[in-house]
Amino acid sequence: MVGASLAGLRAVEAARKAGFTGRITLVGEEPHLPYDRPPLSKAYLDTRPGGQAPEPPVFRSERHLREHLQVDLRLGKAATGLDVANKQVHLGDEVLDYDALVIATGATARTLRGTEGLAGVHTLRTLDDAVAVRKALDAGARTVVVGAGFIGSEVASAARKRGLPVTVVEAAPTPLTRAVGAEMGAVCGELHRRHGTDLRCGVGVDRIEGDGRTERVVLSDGTVVAADLVVVGVGAAPATAWLEGSGLRIDDGVVCDKYLRAGADGVYAAGDVARWHNPLFDRTMRLEHWTSAAEQAAVAARNAVNPARATAYRTVPYFWSDWYDSRIQFVGVPAADEVRIVTGDPARDRRVVALYREGDRLAGALAINGQNVIMKYRGLIMKGASWADALAFAERRRVAAAPA
Amino acid sequence: MKISVDRTKCTGLGICESLAPDVFEIDDNGDLVLKTDTVPEGQLADVEAAVEGCPTEALRLHQAEPGSA
Repeated sequence: MVGASLAGLRAVEAARKAGFTGRITLVGEEPHLPYDRPPLSKAYLDTRPGGQAPEPPVFRSERHLREHLQVDLRLGKAATGLDVANKQVHLGDEVLDYDALVIATGATARTLRGTEGLAGVHTLRTLDDAVAVRKALDAGARTVVVGAGFIGSEVASAARKRGLPVTVVEAAPTPLTRAVGAEMGAVCGELHRRHGTDLRCGVGVDRIEGDGRTERVVLSDGTVVAADLVVVGVGAAPATAWLEGSGLRIDDGVVCDKYLRAGADGVYAAGDVARWHNPLFDRTMRLEHWTSAAEQAAVAARNAVNPARATAYRTVPYFWSDWYDSRIQFVGVPAADEVRIVTGDPARDRRVVALYREGDRLAGALAINGQNVIMKYRGLIMKGASWADALAFAERRRVAAAPA
Repeated sequence: MKISVDRTKCTGLGICESLAPDVFEIDDNGDLVLKTDTVPEGQLADVEAAVEGCPTEALRLHQAEPGSA
């Protein structure tokens, strides 16, 4: 297993659960034991009594990994090459032979060109990133977040929770345009404004200035915003550089079939790095979601140890993000011919649910504080429900909830 | 098999409900409700998927206590 985050760990666990007793090596570029990333932009950034740092969200102890799961851990070692003909993974000078390989190297946060070496500018992807961002918030940083995506918005929430001033700069006209579409992105953006975050859309970052460390951010419209901390949340790119020349097909991720097979004997991919064919939507997808990473890893590992009984991975994508006191959840795909709000009035209500239509099908659903209903829509999408069925379901819920 | 939920970990993300809706449901307050604490006939695989799919590792499956129903 190459990649020691959620997918790498889950691949190990699934292989063992499937009865595989052979050798398993887990290779990870970071020196840390496998840890959970969603908390890094959420609870990990909260204030703590006495100001002490929280425990890192490590999944399993080293002893559990080595003794219970019988894993040969190679942490702090980056994979540098793959030779599918000889079935070997290169870690610099070291060579590992494999019979089956699960590629789970994830994605790398995109950075802003020209900010290298300027202290106070961070991405938020790794534990080390989170430690640095947390430290800056502890010091009372004036924060500028670049990119109103999930990570950036969660950082803004964390800073506001501490009462610190935050500006979020988003190049697109609304937050989350790609993830939930412009219409509902605008609704989510209102959460920032309501909580005192200065959200500026349709404007880019021209440069970050400072003497060795960040002092101010100059926006593309010439505005200057003072900043001690800049968090760059402008997306992530699949970590495939080490696969160059391997012969595997790379196209914004490792291209896989529905069984998560990457096109070479015994090679599978899972998690953020994998672009696979999702039979449920009959299209290729690359997801950067916790749920699909965990599930793909389990499927890939089971298929790797038992290829004769390979199963396809089909899913309705799901992600969540916590902004201030609101939870945003999305299921399905936002590529939609129509978006219709079926619950709540965004101007007035805390709970808002919107449905996304593609052709005559229900393709997606977004809930803001709609934990009670979002998974019911996920079930409908999984079953291939029609748009009419989805609207009828929403209407039944509305009638049932209406005061008598 | 019995199902239990650690309320100190559960945040009501609801992945369990989408995998085993006969067992798990998120209520109007956003809290997880166990519709039954016993795995229904023929649904062990779904409940196992829900336990494994929980991002906060709040769910557990265990053998029923000897002598209990």
